[in-house]
Amino acid sequence: MHIEIDQDRCCAAGQCVLAADDIFDQRDEDGVVVLLDHVPDNADALARAQEAAGLCPAGAIDVKD
Amino acid sequence: MTETALPTTAHGTADSTAATEPATCPHSAPRNAPLVAPDTAGPAPEHPRYPLARAAGCPFDPPAELAGLREHEPFSRVRVWDGTPAWLVTRYQDQRAILTDSRFSADATRPGFPTQSPGIAARRRSGNPLPFITMDDPDHNRVRRMFTSYFSVKRARALVPRLNEIIDGLLDDMERAGAPVDLVSTFALPLPSLVIAEILGVPREDQHLFQSRSRVLISMNSTANETMEAMEELGSYLGDLIDAKVTDPQDDLISQVAVDHMLTGGTTRARLVQDAMLLLIAGHETTTNMIALGTLALMRNPAQLKAVRDAEDPAAVAGAVEELLRYLTIVHTGRRRLATEDVEISGQLIRAGEGVILSNDSANRDATVFDDPDELDITRPNARRHLAFGQGTHQCLGQNLARQELQLAYPALLRRFPGLRPAVEEEAIRYKHDAVVYGVYELPVAW
Ligand code: HEM
Ligand code: SF4
Repeated sequence: MHIEIDQDRCCAAGQCVLAADDIFDQRDEDGVVVLLDHVPDNADALARAQEAAGLCPAGAIDVKD
Repeated sequence: MTETALPTTAHGTADSTAATEPATCPHSAPRNAPLVAPDTAGPAPEHPRYPLARAAGCPFDPPAELAGLREHEPFSRVRVWDGTPAWLVTRYQDQRAILTDSRFSADATRPGFPTQSPGIAARRRSGNPLPFITMDDPDHNRVRRMFTSYFSVKRARALVPRLNEIIDGLLDDMERAGAPVDLVSTFALPLPSLVIAEILGVPREDQHLFQSRSRVLISMNSTANETMEAMEELGSYLGDLIDAKVTDPQDDLISQVAVDHMLTGGTTRARLVQDAMLLLIAGHETTTNMIALGTLALMRNPAQLKAVRDAEDPAAVAGAVEELLRYLTIVHTGRRRLATEDVEISGQLIRAGEGVILSNDSANRDATVFDDPDELDITRPNARRHLAFGQGTHQCLGQNLARQELQLAYPALLRRFPGLRPAVEEEAIRYKHDAVVYGVYELPVAW
């Protein structure tokens, strides 16, 4: 799984953290998305990462298999 | 979903509530005729006035015409209160496309923008800085980010103990007062008001001021003068508060944003006043109405009420909250935008300078996304795709706070009063048809 995030676009809505808090987090200072260091890489994680990308209001997440 | 064969409970909830359940609301038949007469010679046709009215007896359903429009005329012409024409966009996918497209502006001061009400139009033209809800990126996001750290998922989760404390205190007061009580004034309103006031650092004793002023600001019946007066009062109050916080900063949002961003030139006092006002109003009007209207919807669906009350899995409650957000879509007068260039959406050309209204209540009943969209189903697997918090860069800043409040408030209320039921007949309930945020004015309950 390959995930790209675009921190400039992110509007800190937190949808990604709700969908997959083992993959995404929000920076303390401004709530902007960050990727966690060790993200699970399996079918379930992929599905949740894709769900996060679909929910993200800012189109800031791109997930590739 | 029909609620027949209700399980009875030790407390008799299901029985007592079932008695008040209204007949199923008839959902509108699709309309085949176009809404607007074809453009022939003669006087210009009068576009229907938006917002449309809800059908009598269907307080939880969007205006019935929307279903037909979604089916047959996904882009139709309407006019708003002052005659300004706009495209009414009713389908889910088209709304998402527009709300995530930077060629559409949220700047309500642009000529031709379809504003919500005379009061809101006057506020936008007042010369005060615009709150960030009506700014465009990149400026919008620069301002929004001054506030985002206070509304992250983590922050909302960290508030849980304090939220529970406030909830328990209010429920104690309700219990002490004894039935019947008005759920709105005893619980639905004070909970989010106290919470947003604590986050911002607004003293508890000043709650009445911001509650009464914000009621004027969100009413579509307020005149331009009434709105400007309410805004000036609230604005001068917040200005004084900011000054006090600069002198003696506390551990709250207004102090921290004033010190970190206002004193360093990132924002101005006048802008911070407007943004704080936005947070204060958005932070309590919305959640208040979700608590009260959501509780009423559950009381009308006793099996689902029971499921929320007895849920052991927090994920089930979270799902129920998403479904209530979808089903009720309380911010019911449409997101408003203006095209800054010619844009084609699903084959429809929208010209530069034309306004669009995205009725998110309609999108949330779009059967191409939600099966049986007119049914409340708290187990709906994809409820969280709803557009009740909007979409795109303006998607609700407070959504995670709101979710957290609702996820705690409904079960706590229903567990404390397992026999909760309306204490008045349906006909006596006054719905907020005239407000930008839908709900009930009061909700007498007994248990
Ligand atoms: C259930 C409760 C709530 C609902 C249904 C709701 C709904 C919405 C919607 C639909 C928008 C989008 C406006 C647009 O695109 O034009 C919005 C924006 C906003 N909401 Fe909420 N809201 C809720 C609770 C809250 C709370 C608790 C806060 C607390 C601070 C809040 C603060 C805001 C702000 C500041 C914006 C503007 C965001 C921006 O323009 O970037 N809301 N909300
Ligand atoms: S869902 Fe999108 S906008 Fe929201 S925090 Fe995650 S990346 Fe940012």
